[in-house]
Amino acid sequence: MTDSKYFTTTKKGEIFELKAELNSDKKEKKKEAVKKVIASMTVGKDVSALFPDVVNCMQTDNLELKKLVYLYLMNYAKSQPDMAIMAVNTFVKDCEDLNPLIRALAVRTMGCIRVDKITEYLCEPLRKCLKDEDPYVRKTAAVCVAKLHDINAQLVEDQGFLDTLKDLISDSNPMVVANAVAALSEIAESHPNSNLLDLNPQTINKLLTALNECTEWGQIFILDCLASYLPRDDRESQSICERVTPRLSHANSAVVLSAVKVLMKFMEMLPKDLDYYGTLLKKLAPPLVTLLSAEPELQYVALRNINLIVQKRPEILKHEMKVFFVKYNDPIYVKLEKLDIMIRLASQANIAQVLAELKEYATEVDVDFVRKAVRAIGRCAIKVEQSAERCVSTLLDLIQTKVNYVVQEAIVVIKDIFRKYPNKYESVIATLCENLDSLDEPEARAAMIWIVGEYAERIDNADELLESFLEGFHDESTQVQLQLLTAIVKLFLKKPTETQELVQQVLSLATQDSDNPDLRDRGYIYWRLLSTDPVAAKEVVLAEKPLISEETDLIEPTLLEELICHIGTLASVYHKPPSAFVEGSRGVQHKRLPPRAGSGESTESPDVGQSGPSEAPPAVIPSQGDLLGDLLNLDLAPPTATVPSVQPSMQMGAMDLLGGGLDSLVCSSPMGAGLGAAPAAMPASLGGAPAVGGGLGDLFDLGGGVGMPTGSYVAPKTVWLLAMKAKGLEISGTFARRGGIIQMDLSLTNKAMSVMTDFAIQFNRNSFGLAPAGPLQVLTPLSPNQTIDVSLPLSTSGPVMKMEPLNNLQVAVKNNIDVFYFSCQYPLSLLFVEDGKMDRQVFLATWKDIPNDNEAQFQIKDIHLNSDVASNKLQGSNIFTIAKRTVEGQDMLYQSVKLTNGIWVLAEMRIQTGNPNYTCTEPRIVYANLLHSQ
Amino acid sequence: MIGGLFIYNHKGEVLISRVYRDDIGRNAVDAFRVNVIHARQQVRSPVTNFARTSFFHVKRSNIWLAAVTKQNVNAAMVFEFLYKMCDVMTAYFSKISEENIKNNFVLIYELLDEILDFGYPQNSETGALKTFITQQGIKSQHHTKEEQSQITSQVTGQIGWRREGIKYRRNELFLDVLESVNLLMSPQGQVLSAHVSGRVVMKSYLSGMPECKFGMNDKIVIDKQGKGGTTDDSGKSELGGSGKQSIAIDDCTFHQCVRLSKFDSERSISFIPPDGEYELMRYRTTKDIILPFRVIPLVREVGRTKLEVKVVIKSNFKPSLLAQKIEVRIPTPLNTSGVQVICMKGKAKYKASENAIVWKIKRMAGMKESQISAEIELLPTNDKKKWARPPISMNFEVPFAPSGLKVRYLKVFEPKLNYSDHDVIKWVRYIGRSGIYETRC
Repeated sequence: MTDSKYFTTTKKGEIFELKAELNSDKKEKKKEAVKKVIASMTVGKDVSALFPDVVNCMQTDNLELKKLVYLYLMNYAKSQPDMAIMAVNTFVKDCEDLNPLIRALAVRTMGCIRVDKITEYLCEPLRKCLKDEDPYVRKTAAVCVAKLHDINAQLVEDQGFLDTLKDLISDSNPMVVANAVAALSEIAESHPNSNLLDLNPQTINKLLTALNECTEWGQIFILDCLASYLPRDDRESQSICERVTPRLSHANSAVVLSAVKVLMKFMEMLPKDLDYYGTLLKKLAPPLVTLLSAEPELQYVALRNINLIVQKRPEILKHEMKVFFVKYNDPIYVKLEKLDIMIRLASQANIAQVLAELKEYATEVDVDFVRKAVRAIGRCAIKVEQSAERCVSTLLDLIQTKVNYVVQEAIVVIKDIFRKYPNKYESVIATLCENLDSLDEPEARAAMIWIVGEYAERIDNADELLESFLEGFHDESTQVQLQLLTAIVKLFLKKPTETQELVQQVLSLATQDSDNPDLRDRGYIYWRLLSTDPVAAKEVVLAEKPLISEETDLIEPTLLEELICHIGTLASVYHKPPSAFVEGSRGVQHKRLPPRAGSGESTESPDVGQSGPSEAPPAVIPSQGDLLGDLLNLDLAPPTATVPSVQPSMQMGAMDLLGGGLDSLVCSSPMGAGLGAAPAAMPASLGGAPAVGGGLGDLFDLGGGVGMPTGSYVAPKTVWLLAMKAKGLEISGTFARRGGIIQMDLSLTNKAMSVMTDFAIQFNRNSFGLAPAGPLQVLTPLSPNQTIDVSLPLSTSGPVMKMEPLNNLQVAVKNNIDVFYFSCQYPLSLLFVEDGKMDRQVFLATWKDIPNDNEAQFQIKDIHLNSDVASNKLQGSNIFTIAKRTVEGQDMLYQSVKLTNGIWVLAEMRIQTGNPNYTCTEPRIVYANLLHSQ
Repeated sequence: MIGGLFIYNHKGEVLISRVYRDDIGRNAVDAFRVNVIHARQQVRSPVTNFARTSFFHVKRSNIWLAAVTKQNVNAAMVFEFLYKMCDVMTAYFSKISEENIKNNFVLIYELLDEILDFGYPQNSETGALKTFITQQGIKSQHHTKEEQSQITSQVTGQIGWRREGIKYRRNELFLDVLESVNLLMSPQGQVLSAHVSGRVVMKSYLSGMPECKFGMNDKIVIDKQGKGGTTDDSGKSELGGSGKQSIAIDDCTFHQCVRLSKFDSERSISFIPPDGEYELMRYRTTKDIILPFRVIPLVREVGRTKLEVKVVIKSNFKPSLLAQKIEVRIPTPLNTSGVQVICMKGKAKYKASENAIVWKIKRMAGMKESQISAEIELLPTNDKKKWARPPISMNFEVPFAPSGLKVRYLKVFEPKLNYSDHDVIKWVRYIGRSGIYETRC
């Protein structure tokens, strides 16, 4: 046979020649031609032009030729649906053939032709084939139902094929059962809620019987299906387990893994004190170990799964450490996985062996592997306390090798060891410092800087070391910059006298010269802390750090449970839920382990759905780069550990606003006894601020000519963000209060050449806790030169921080290009609430109690309104007139305003004809603006 | 399930492309070529994912086999299937090579149509497949109706691996116990890990539908029978594989013909064998392994430009037995400039292309020892990284089972035909080979 010649025909006019050959009278020549067509198809040439000629060859009694034509049909039918109809007759006829192989071939091929018109003709032959006397035809027809369902689900349901398929589960032939199960499972996946795979003890029994008799592949289908069953009680669970365990001795690794999946899942339901539970645990280990003598690709799949199993049930493999030792010739993917499992299994009992191995690995060739081995040594130190000393000395040995990446990796893990065992191994710092210059990876640099900062008092030249890093501050990665900032602040707190200059340098670098919000935020926090209260700063920055947890990189428990339900599948290889890599409805269902059996009699434990409530899951350290972690991460160390040390600083901030800080802010000095007495005396914190845009004056302006008494004043939009500063994005906007809701009206203009998408907005903390109440709704992409207007509702429940000026708002807007920052100022009237009308009596009493210090007076010039009009206008902005009297020809209006944060402002407005004068107890700002307005 | 299956040559040209699912397009063929075969950096996992499509691949000599899917398939099954596919192809046209694949592409398409339906693996036993996928096309017409239904019942039946009506004039069977012994030893001679992975390969030429029962010196069975318990300790002192009465098997797996439920309950191995050659079982032992050889390395660095290596090997089995094909591979550093070797027995050569001294001995009896010494000259380098010192590895073949496994019986019953267990000629052979047999230096 020299069929390879078909692959070499590349000459011109080929198609034409083929056409002639296909229509030849000679059978042999025809067959040759079809082979050539298939060869061309394989290498990707388009031979669809030959469709009618190839289909003409279909009517043949040569089975080989027929199969080739069918192959062609499956490929091209979709592109030539009308011509494909020509084939239908042959299919229908073949389905009646005496030879079962031909009947099966026809029904198998028809299902692969995805042309609507053909599927209609398929139904009748398929119905017959599902009931064929020959099992070979039935097993093929069962799969065909799944094919048809993929093309036209409705048709399959209407024709009742699903019921026929269900009947096949009771078929006498095990292979028919297996294929029916496979088809049903697949169909059920796309109908998550249909009770299609109606599994009950009877059907389960049938499946278990078929399991003993069918092919290896059929066993896999059945086991995978069994895994989705939820036994009614522990008894049933045990009896299924008993019938599945023999599969653990199958030569096919996939059968073994699927059996492991069923056992791992159903084991959840068995009471732990049951003898059988222990037996089962023991039975699981040997087959898992045997999987490691399979071919490397399968070993990889097995190892990824063992990684999950070891996390879920460490007891199964705890004595099998040795089998995970890396062999010199293992492929790298097997080596890396083995290493992972070795660390998980490391314990006091085997640590000596593990360490000896890891040390061996650290001298291998593959860089990734060596790094992981070095890191593993550190993890062993953290996990097994008794071994820490040996680990540290091993790491020091490795550092002596001066191999660049080994040194860096070692330093990163030593930092963690310091965290775990404080004040124990600091003697090695000197050795570490020697290698400062060779560090070129951010993680290692950051780790080293952390060490220098943390132990600044023991390192004589800590300031020099840190200063050397500071030179290239802006070229460092964020991780290193943040670490450097913290380290220098630590150093300053420990040795304030010598390092003042250094700390000022780093603070200004971080806050003024950096574009990174994280860095700036952290810089500002430190700056403020240091300038307001160095003692508090010390408490915050040098706070005792909680010890880091032993286990790292654990998969989060709910995900782990889901993955256990997917043992053997791709999900278990990727360690991701199927929804992360499967499109469409398939695999979206989240599988869960059955509820854990109660230890005693009650199987209905209250913690249904949780795995083993008694064993608290170990704290999981999220991977670095986690956003939340990053924000809160004062130290380089894993975020969970540092959260508590951040809290004090946040409390400080809050206190600052509510307590002492405010005192100093109120324009008038000491607070005196009157403070708590009357609402008006609440330290309004509004003083001290210089002129602020948008005040009462603007409010008057509103009604100017229109005379609309209601509705608050809205200033015209002003440009907040210039296009040239924001890579083409221009933002102008204003604020409004509509129906009690504060809104930020924005106009986004794209002045760049490219389309902008993915807009998002965020506010910095501000005086009144303004925050977006929802996401920024820019639904369509913003094309060049387009302007879009959006209204963003705001809430006042955001975090609070006093701003300078008080009504300043710092905003960050993100789009697909970058993040941009700008600040704007909102009119205070925005914050005047609708229920700001004070009861007359209360007003009177409060008015009297206001300390003089809290009082301010202003004049507003050039406003020519009479008192009624003024009163009306102000009411539109929620400034309510409580009373009015006329004294010496002047109208006196008494007014009250309530702010969103509950502060009251009382005012007295005196209107002289031609020259209105306004006196009020508080907000000067308001007056100031009043004066300037028309 | 599997969405498509592609076979490529080493250049990345596609030789076979069969798509089973609509969600896999022609671009998947190219995606694999670009991202795996032509990838600039060696791909570090046999499972890869590009554009939400997962690729499983195995390589056989220069040929890449790739299965493609967009679903959460059973990954273990896909690899098992790819191996099986290789087995089937080997059974049809021996070696998997570009030439053979091109020559048999029609056959391969026919096979792929049969053993994978809509991405679900179907019966892939070559014994069954060869009855109806023959590449003689017209043959199907000659089948009588009985023959046809016999084929289908075999393909779908409970005993899919054997057809009815087999007849031999001489009923004969061959049993090979093939073991590979794996060792990792520290330079100080401490066993870091050792295990035997064994296979029982059977060639059966038996008439009819014989029922077989296989017995070996499995500790659990012997202990149950209450015979083997007493001699457990005395066995260890003897050398050479003939000693132990029973062995502890860590785990074993069986060909699908073995009734697993019976093994689970009674620990007896009973089956109806396929015709011809197949692998009956695989097993693994870790206890009381006879290590046929010990390697004692001594590596000394003399200054920066010279290494002195001395390796002693000791054979550790009955003096009457002979080990064969002994090969010791002593790695040398990359900057080796010259090597001088002296060995008492066999031939030793420095192979620069393999960075190793290869020492070959044709035969060696038990309880002997032999030695090699070498001086390795090194070129001075300024490479800071130390030489990784790969382990010294060894290959050999010995005529006994290092695990101590013994076949106790293999009984054949064929009630319908008139031959009995005594009429069957049985041959048993033990071969122990080195697996990964390494000593660190």
